Amino acid sequence: MLVIDHVSKVFNPGTINEKKALDKLCLTVNDGDFITILGSNGAGKSTLFNAIAGVFLADEGKIVLDDVNITFDPDYKRSKYIGRLFQDPLKGTAPHMTIRENLALAYLRAGRGFDSFSRISKKDEEMFREALKKLDMGLEDRMHTQVGTLSGGQRQALTLLMATIVPPKLLLLDEHTAALDPAAAEKVTQLTKEIVARNHTTCLMITHNLHQALQTGNRTLMMADGNIILDLNDEERKNTSVDELLRRFKEGAKTELSDDRILLSE
Amino acid sequence: MQQIIQTALLLGCIYSLVTLALFISYRVLDIADLTTDGCFVLGMAVSVSLARAGHPVLAVFGAMLAGCGAGFITAFLQTRLGVPSILAGIVTNTGLYTVNLMAMGWSSNLTLLKQETIYTMFRFTGIGGTWYQVVLSAAAALLCMAAVRWFMSTRLGLSIRATGDNRDMVSASSINPKFTVTVGLMAANMMTGLSGALAGQMQKSADINAGNSIVVIGLACLIIGETVMQGRKSIGRNILACLLGNIIYRMIYAIILQTRFIPIECLKLMTAVIVALAIAAPSMKEQAGVWMRARKEI
Repeated sequence: MLVIDHVSKVFNPGTINEKKALDKLCLTVNDGDFITILGSNGAGKSTLFNAIAGVFLADEGKIVLDDVNITFDPDYKRSKYIGRLFQDPLKGTAPHMTIRENLALAYLRAGRGFDSFSRISKKDEEMFREALKKLDMGLEDRMHTQVGTLSGGQRQALTLLMATIVPPKLLLLDEHTAALDPAAAEKVTQLTKEIVARNHTTCLMITHNLHQALQTGNRTLMMADGNIILDLNDEERKNTSVDELLRRFKEGAKTELSDDRILLSE
Repeated sequence: MQQIIQTALLLGCIYSLVTLALFISYRVLDIADLTTDGCFVLGMAVSVSLARAGHPVLAVFGAMLAGCGAGFITAFLQTRLGVPSILAGIVTNTGLYTVNLMAMGWSSNLTLLKQETIYTMFRFTGIGGTWYQVVLSAAAALLCMAAVRWFMSTRLGLSIRATGDNRDMVSASSINPKFTVTVGLMAANMMTGLSGALAGQMQKSADINAGNSIVVIGLACLIIGETVMQGRKSIGRNILACLLGNIIYRMIYAIILQTRFIPIECLKLMTAVIVALAIAAPSMKEQAGVWMRARKEI
């Protein structure tokens, strides 16, 4: 269970560019929840993810994951329990290293004591191959290929696998299919659903697709001005139409909708 | 001729360790580590001082340890105190000047007269005949290269490689990139220290200015090696390129020295030009391509 308790973050405090990115935000995420998050640009969605992942420390408030207060833990310590995918498929992998080496690094999160000087074992390699097979992209036969030569969709699928090869307590998906072509996006979305369902991973997903937001997962949040303005559970979502959501969205954004990234289509 | 080849091989092997260090810092970690100049002299000073005190073998390990220390300080400055990486190296380098003088007993040069060195000790074994210096230096260089090759395939080595490739991904794998940068720079400077140690005992002297522009020469050798070995394909190939590049550079150097084809005073300028051209080559090639196309089409 993730508890975010009155977390605030101000960027450039005391300057003309001061921006309150998170404003005493409170959120409780139950185990096994799959939450989709909506909000216009600057609503604080990515800032919320950064605060959870530990990219920066919150100015005030606390973050508790499974009864452990992680408010002051640096990002690399939190990454042991929190997996994250970005919109940019290049962000999650090392391009000049092979698929096998990338997976080996991701697998370090399993943290089996001090084995810094051990090499990738046959057993590990077999495990990686099995995991790659499940992606159904033929990557299991290209273990020694440099990741930089893969396509965006393949890289994002690999990043997804790396983030979940040691099942995390929490998976943060920051519009992870937005930069992919429709076919690849569909594939990665499918894989995400499969992997999350298989591991019962607690998951937060940012999306700009209203339709997808209502269809995916079991709970939908809408953010504006660094806070949550709408929190729909599964029951409530069934009674909410995309039009209704769009109306609430406009209300929240307080401005006429100029955000053409909102997708109403399938 | 044999003299030329022998000298080139000897110096090539010894200085290839500096290139190996630059390979770790510049290529793998993607950090321009300018500690190198001072660190080389540090290794030399520690090595010659301890050899003078009668511990030539201990001297080599002492020099490696000293190199590690220098690397740690540079890494500490940039990872914990937020000093920009190039500046961190320069700051350490400047400080090392005094440390080096101290290590040499506050004199600007130090010589070994009758004291034993690892080379005189090795001569007694009779291995290699008149090539004993080359044999010992090559053995040391190859041993280090094998060690680096092995290290780069361990989990820690992989993390260091990933740090230079995609730092975000390293923190996402629960590894602290500050730690990997520190380990990488310590390993690199250990190699530089060892290179200085071997050079000092080989020439039986240490000089406070021996490290001048060694970082540029090391880079030149790195680039020569990579060009001859056809790019950067695998770690093993890259590491061998460090040795090959050095031998080629020292061969050219020895020939120039022998034939006076180019005045020896101009050698540093030549080296600088070679390095600048080699690093600029990709962007010059691209610009030339655009220019040619524009001329053709307009």
